[in-house]
Amino acid sequence: MAASDPTPQGMPAPDAVKILVAGGFGVGKTTMVGSVSEIVPLRTEEPLTTAGLGVDDLDGIPDKQATTVALDFGRISIGDDLVLYLFGTPGQQRFWFMWNDLAIGALGAVVLVDVRRPESSFAAIDFFERRKIPFVIGVNGFYGEHPYEPDEIREALALPEHTPVLLFDARERASCRDVLIALLDQLIATSAR
Amino acid sequence: MNGGDAAGRLVRPFTLTGGRTRPSRSDFTLITTVTAVDPQPVGGARPQPEHTRILRLCAKPIVVAELATGLDLPVSVVAIMLCDLLEAGRITVRQPRLISRTPDLDLLKKVRDGLGRL
Ligand SMILES: Nc1nc2c(ncn2[C@@H]2O[C@H](COP(=O)(O)OP(=O)(O)OP(=O)(O)O)[C@@H](O)[C@H]2O)c(=O)[nH]1
Ligand SMILES: [Mg+2]
Repeated sequence: MAASDPTPQGMPAPDAVKILVAGGFGVGKTTMVGSVSEIVPLRTEEPLTTAGLGVDDLDGIPDKQATTVALDFGRISIGDDLVLYLFGTPGQQRFWFMWNDLAIGALGAVVLVDVRRPESSFAAIDFFERRKIPFVIGVNGFYGEHPYEPDEIREALALPEHTPVLLFDARERASCRDVLIALLDQLIATSAR
Repeated sequence: MNGGDAAGRLVRPFTLTGGRTRPSRSDFTLITTVTAVDPQPVGGARPQPEHTRILRLCAKPIVVAELATGLDLPVSVVAIMLCDLLEAGRITVRQPRLISRTPDLDLLKKVRDGLGRL
């Protein structure tokens, strides 16, 4: 194979793209990242004081010196020259400021909704709507139950008609993949227009 | 939360960066790819042990987020050390494909097809 050049310099770095997995506290973000990733989700800890914002912005965050934010991320290789990274956004409200940094350069987002408490994902939806970052909704049916139809959920979340709403299970790889594909289909449809 | 633990862990990384808490460059996003220059430049300051660890980990191209995980250090700390290495000519940097207002349709289709094969 031509690509078997032994020197690191002969090995072009693959392109990297990312998608965010967002939503409220405990909606299944880490679970989803783990389900579709080809590696065990990696974690990295970010001290709050340096998480990409001015120190002034930390006022009101208790324990600021000691607090760290865990970022988890997974990887999906798309052929030899392209890698898709999935980043789970920190769910706790006091970490939302990090989303700005995470959102830069993202293809789009999957906003997870726990069907038992959809309101916990309102803020995530607002965040992406305001920044005009494309997103799809993945309704995580805990215990495999989906008591509502996608249209009912779209209405409850006051989402525009074109926003895809998928009923899925964050523990199932194929189910997570389909949510990601729905996002890509949406991105392709919008950009082809 | 393991509060006490986290407090103990936080102090140390910053001793590695000479007390600096912010990168001097914003060149390092989570998915910026870094690669050690091979062979390494001769002369200049000898790299510190942590720098040497980074150089080992990025002998093959690796993104910043994975590097931080491999080093078990916060991304922000790693970014500062990467700045030093970049300034010393010891690494090369490749920025991610940023998605602008006019997205790259071919790229999107490629990701879509790749996911379809999963
Ligand atoms: N039964 C069931 N449990 C789930 C499902 N998805 C996630 N869980 C569990 O719910 C809990 C929270 O899931 P996580 O994936 O950690 O949620 P998260 O959104 O990453 O949470 P934070 O990062 O803390 O905001 C974990 O104990 C999961 O095992 C699901 O579809 N069904
Ligand atoms: Mg999580």
